[in-house]
Amino acid sequence: MASEVQHHEEHHHHEETFLTKYVFSMDHKMIGKQFLITGIIMGLIGMGMSLLFRLQLAWPDTSFPILDTFLGKWSDNGIMDPNMYLALVTIHGTIMVFFVLTAGLSGTFSNLLIPLQIGARDMASGFINMLSYWFFFLSSVIMVASIFVPDGPAAAGWTIYPPLSALPAAMPGSGMGMTLWLVSMTLFIASSLLGALNYIVTVLNLRTKGMSMTRLPLTIWAFFVTAILGVLSFPVLFSAALLLLFDRSFGTSFYLSDILVGGEVLSNTGGSPILYEHLFWFLGHPEVYIILLPALGITSEVIATNSRKPIFGYRAMVGSILMIAFLSFIVWGHHMFVTGMNPFLGTVFTFTTLLIAIPSAVKAFNYLTTLWKGNLQLTPAMLFSIGLVSTFITGGLTGIILGDSALDINVHDTYFVVAHFHIVMGLSAIFGLFAGVYHWFPKMFGRMMIRPLGYAHFILTFISAYGVFYPMHFLGLAGLPRRYYTNTAFPMFDNLADINVIISVFAILGGIAQVIFLFNFFYCAFRGKRAPQNPWRSNTLEWTTPVEHIHGNWPGAIPEVHRWAYDYSKPGAKEDFVPQIVPLSENEEPSGH
Amino acid sequence: MMTFLIILVVALAAVALVQIVRIFEVSNTLTPAKEEDNRPSHKDNDIQGKILFVLGMLFVVFSVWSIFKWGGYILPVSASEHGLETDRLLWITMAVIGFVFLITQPLLFWFVYRFRGIKGRKATYMEHNNKLELLWTSVPTVVLAIIITYGIITWGNIMNPEFEEEPIVVELYAKQFGWQARIAGEDNVLGNANVRFIEGINSIGIDPNDLNGLDDIVTSELMLPVGKPILFKFRAQDVIHSAYIPHFRLQMNCVPGTVTQFAFTPNKTTAEMRRDPKVIRQISGINEIREAKGEEPYEFDFVLLCNKICGAAHYNMQMKIVVGTEEEYNQWLKEQTTFAESL
Ligand code: HEM
Ligand SMILES: [Cu+2]
Ligand SMILES: [Cu+2]
Repeated sequence: MASEVQHHEEHHHHEETFLTKYVFSMDHKMIGKQFLITGIIMGLIGMGMSLLFRLQLAWPDTSFPILDTFLGKWSDNGIMDPNMYLALVTIHGTIMVFFVLTAGLSGTFSNLLIPLQIGARDMASGFINMLSYWFFFLSSVIMVASIFVPDGPAAAGWTIYPPLSALPAAMPGSGMGMTLWLVSMTLFIASSLLGALNYIVTVLNLRTKGMSMTRLPLTIWAFFVTAILGVLSFPVLFSAALLLLFDRSFGTSFYLSDILVGGEVLSNTGGSPILYEHLFWFLGHPEVYIILLPALGITSEVIATNSRKPIFGYRAMVGSILMIAFLSFIVWGHHMFVTGMNPFLGTVFTFTTLLIAIPSAVKAFNYLTTLWKGNLQLTPAMLFSIGLVSTFITGGLTGIILGDSALDINVHDTYFVVAHFHIVMGLSAIFGLFAGVYHWFPKMFGRMMIRPLGYAHFILTFISAYGVFYPMHFLGLAGLPRRYYTNTAFPMFDNLADINVIISVFAILGGIAQVIFLFNFFYCAFRGKRAPQNPWRSNTLEWTTPVEHIHGNWPGAIPEVHRWAYDYSKPGAKEDFVPQIVPLSENEEPSGH
Repeated sequence: MMTFLIILVVALAAVALVQIVRIFEVSNTLTPAKEEDNRPSHKDNDIQGKILFVLGMLFVVFSVWSIFKWGGYILPVSASEHGLETDRLLWITMAVIGFVFLITQPLLFWFVYRFRGIKGRKATYMEHNNKLELLWTSVPTVVLAIIITYGIITWGNIMNPEFEEEPIVVELYAKQFGWQARIAGEDNVLGNANVRFIEGINSIGIDPNDLNGLDDIVTSELMLPVGKPILFKFRAQDVIHSAYIPHFRLQMNCVPGTVTQFAFTPNKTTAEMRRDPKVIRQISGINEIREAKGEEPYEFDFVLLCNKICGAAHYNMQMKIVVGTEEEYNQWLKEQTTFAESL
């Protein structure tokens, strides 16, 4: 104990300059905010791109001067160039998956909450943590810069399958744009690994007295397992990217064989693009859980707090996180049912994939039961969490179709897939991100966001989210492939035009709704009402720290933990919450067993 | 519909703006808030609970309504043997997930309404319940076990089919940005091929020294006989493409350097498809739209699309496929030139 106090006093002694406090900060709270704000900016870019290509999809023959403004030479009299369409889709997907929902979500909340909720002064290594952010920042800058190279950014889809991504002769985006994409992603992977190692070490070693693993809030469990997933899977993406780099620059043939492109036969033989697909999806599938688990963790916390009830089935929730994490490593083949891989593998991957539905169902039912007989405090965070439960169920259910190899034959790579992954991963994680921001904004900025604006934001976002992605199921079942610049080349899709228009109108509505959020966020960060110490009457440790951020988090000793995080409305307690730092009273049964 | 939606968007945006301005005025005070002010009031919970309930139920209604509204757009009955099987599996699975959807979503939104915060009410403390948890672990397990088994059996039948007669071998060849087909000819064996043999008229690289290839027939439009098993082999010249024929429920990637395959039996001729009531309804709907835009009317045809991103014109890689009777097919074959003849 003594050494801790001493340690914390040291921190107070050195003077902080603007640079060390706001820019090269090693404080986990500041780094969390840096991740969040970078993520928001990237999110705006990604969303803006989706609006541009939604214009193209809904009104392919209409000239939009705004396209000339944004796309310059890639737009001819308001009509988008097909290569640019693919580039926008690619960078949109990349930004959303990695920059917004991996770094922006997990990066923000793992950093902010791990030390605060386990009772640590900071991350295990503040320096590595700072590096993690700056690698991410650099990677973001390079990704955005790649949009402006003369031949356009990478355009082979966010999965960048070779040979398309390997051969500049196959598409202009596979030149300089792809090189920058690979460099950016390499930095991104480094950032993720540095972050993840730090999270794992911190959770394992720096928990305060009494904070056993079984007393951890579910947020921490989710961040912890997510970090493990990242450490195990990102290196594999790195190796995939490295081999691709070799094929592109040094004439190797890992992925290339028997190719004629641009009027020339390449000398490569013996490679296989399928190898790349295996490597990519060995990361790619865990990646969707790297995105989703933190959102689910946040939701568990927000729903329990605002239902004023313990999360239902804490142990089952932890078990299902572990189960999902384990299974996520043995299902990657469901992205490859029609690549021509051995049909027996298709059987195996169908089996493992559908197994994931079981822990997922457990989670959904546990959320429902947590709400049941609660006293729901409908904060904006709570509304977004409930929205997440809804999208998680909707998208999870269509996964049962896609995971079934026999059914996937006909819907693979159609808009049915676009609908599925946007709902189950995109919407759920975005809702989780918003829930987290609304819930922990007082902790981040010491101020409150404006609640009515939060409500307006939720309502519009919820409507437009389903309005955009639900109708896409029908496009897919009509056989419409994804990554099509326009659907007008095939008369059989002519009758789908009206659905496409509806989708785009909702997309624009959704875009407008985010303006409300941006205003609310930035206005309140500077001028919002001051937050009380524990605005949601929550049990977890972060609400025992002072509102004003201090280095080291607690002014005195780190508090000791005496109970789990979910003693809400416990019979016999005076209030409807009992913070983790309150010792068990006489004759009180410990909970959570 | 369109104008209505646009008006709706504008109206909602206006409401949002008004809110922003109002809030600006109200919240300009920076005094520390009283603790209760930060939590939703009784009234907030009441209103938001009701709104989310209504929104959620609207979504559920919309999801059902859309089936009636747009259900007519989805693919008509399969024109291949295995497709009938996968369609059945699809509808059974849809029924199951539709049922779960229609239970869980209303339940979720009803809980929100029913248990919305009320001043003075205390939530019921409940940590877990082994019986309930066992129930909702085991029921999905059993249902999934059935679906998995059915799915795996169907998949096995598709991938390792048993045909009574030897399938006709046809190659589909993909390149940026078009398709070609090669029929194996009388010997029903495709000659060796490699991009290195591509030269002049030999556009898909058949090995001129391989005797098996001499009777191969290369075409840019494909005809298939109804009721006969077909074995498609797939090759790609430059990047990955994917051969997708939605009406056959058939898809397989075309991978440079590898030959992939898919066997199936078409069970409806193009003429039969054109007489199918659902197809007629879809086509007439499409033609109304085309007429309004001043485009030529469209007639049903099977079509092969590319379904793997492959470059700028990925959206426009098509090949017409005609399914005819055996006589029509044989007649058509006679009119084609073999590789040997074309050299
Ligand atoms: C603003 C709301 C959004 C709209 C309107 C939107 C729309 C779209 C559309 C139309 C496509 C193209 C589909 C295709 O041609 O294959 C697409 C692709 C994609 N989107 Fe979104 N999206 C949105 C938000 C998100 C979010 C939140 C995510 C996060 C997971 C996301 C991830 C992706 C990915 C991974 C792709 C695939 C890119 C590719 O094909 O390479 N999107 N989006
Ligand atoms: Cu996956
Ligand atoms: Cu293509």
